[in-house]
Amino acid sequence: MDSIWRFPDLSLRWWPVFLRNLLVWRKLAIPSLVGNIAEPLMWLVAFGYGMGALVGSVHLEGETVPYILFLASGSICMSAMNAASFEALYSAFSRMHVQKTWDGIMNAPVSLDNIVLAEMLWAGFKSLCSVTAILGVMLALNISHSPKLLAAWPVLLCVGIAFSCIALVFNALAKGYDFFTYYFTLFLTPMMFLSGVFFPRDQLPAALRAFSDWLPLTNAVELVRPMFMDRWPQHPVQNALVLAVYAVGAFWIALALTRKRFRA
Amino acid sequence: MRRFGPRMPEFLFEARHLTKRYGTQVVVDDLSFAIERGECLGVIGPNGAGKTTTIRMGLGLTAPDSGEVEALGLHMPRDALAIKAQLGVVSQFDTLDPDFSLAENLLVYGRYFGMKDTAIRARIPQLLEFAALSHKADVKPGELSGGMRRRLSLARALVNDPKLLMLDEPTTGLDPQARHLMWERLQLLLQQGKSILLTTHFMDEAERLCGRLIVIDHGRKIAEGRPRDLIAQYLEPDVVEAYGNGAMQLADSPLKQFASRVEVSGETVFFYTHDAKPLLDAFAHEHPKLRTLHRPANLEDLFLKLTGRQIREDG
Repeated sequence: MDSIWRFPDLSLRWWPVFLRNLLVWRKLAIPSLVGNIAEPLMWLVAFGYGMGALVGSVHLEGETVPYILFLASGSICMSAMNAASFEALYSAFSRMHVQKTWDGIMNAPVSLDNIVLAEMLWAGFKSLCSVTAILGVMLALNISHSPKLLAAWPVLLCVGIAFSCIALVFNALAKGYDFFTYYFTLFLTPMMFLSGVFFPRDQLPAALRAFSDWLPLTNAVELVRPMFMDRWPQHPVQNALVLAVYAVGAFWIALALTRKRFRA
Repeated sequence: MRRFGPRMPEFLFEARHLTKRYGTQVVVDDLSFAIERGECLGVIGPNGAGKTTTIRMGLGLTAPDSGEVEALGLHMPRDALAIKAQLGVVSQFDTLDPDFSLAENLLVYGRYFGMKDTAIRARIPQLLEFAALSHKADVKPGELSGGMRRRLSLARALVNDPKLLMLDEPTTGLDPQARHLMWERLQLLLQQGKSILLTTHFMDEAERLCGRLIVIDHGRKIAEGRPRDLIAQYLEPDVVEAYGNGAMQLADSPLKQFASRVEVSGETVFFYTHDAKPLLDAFAHEHPKLRTLHRPANLEDLFLKLTGRQIREDG
């Protein structure tokens, strides 16, 4: 019998599956987008303006940055992470397990590998939609007008993709929706506080800081934040590599575990 | 048909010596069968006999521990996608998209086969008409009855104009009217030259639709043949059922001499015989108040004889 760890067997057959999700979303796009951007904007208003008034500005790499800008550039990475994770967990699980949509698709000439690829790209795409809307609001609020935001946009797509790959690992293991609560509370929420979204990482004890160097969200923030400040990241290759390793490694694991789930 | 050329295989689908184990449990045990062009092959067996696992192996969704599947001249699982491009599948449980209208369900499913939107859209009206759902094109599956949903699943399986249909218990849970409409549609497909593999545990369904049957139990094939031939081979031609007050005592009464076999199930005694006349006369004289039913032996009798009358645990 073939190993579940065999090389991914991917082709363009993922496209009709992606299109299917797009067609469903088109019907619910507006309410779903409002939901996706309302929460990060509340963080921004409450923390940015509220805390910002207390904190004033943050010292970062020898530069003084207004707290609202510091927070906005970090929280957009968090939004990319949350939107992708939510889609690749709750929504993908509904299609995979509850509605049995995947089973129906597999009776047609579309392989499981391509379905998982489609879900991964779809969660990345949805995350990009949220990120784009939030970026628009940040521009309107005059938080940053850096032309490098144009470069931040595709980077945020990659951030969304990396997190959708990771989430699909947990999707493959899930027995029910409750499982995802653990993922959010035990993994994503602590990471938000360790990755320099809300406060600079030099506030962390040295050991914790060294650990947080390798978290995917840290590397996302280190790529995106400088672009909000009209600068280029200090370690772009390292940051991109860490995210790429998470994405490729997690996708491979997700594929193996999903194959195992469907093998029975 | 000739376009396949000289390499055209004898059978449309052939499973050879399939075996599947889950842990120590053998679910399918050295099962071989073949589907001829234009025939409806029925797979009958009690719940848990291995019918669904067999279909899943036929689709390349479950890998057999040994044995092989050949379909349309191609090999499973190597050519799984090329085979599935020419198959239509209705699984035991509906996998319709609840967020789409019926027409959108067909459109989206056609895309999985790589069909162009224009080609699919051109087929949608006739598919909906076939399913007797033309008037429901714009509603969602959630608003349909069970029978309508199953017919939509069948129409969806036809979107790619498949050569072979694999139907896993397509009428389970339907009321009699809905079942009859489904049977009528399946007969229409057979008349059009499609081939069908059908699993069922309704014997009237198997008798009506299937030219040939295999009976499986505990994953093993225990009988194979045309429904009438199987009945003739395994059963006496006549059955007299007796039920009501006092019927149970008859199982061990002198009436036994008129039957070649007597079975009891629930409150009913079944007398299997080659000549019912003496038995019916004896009933009329000795037990005029008992309710009796004289009928020809059918597939249900065969099925119960071969697989036993006890209820299956996982049933």
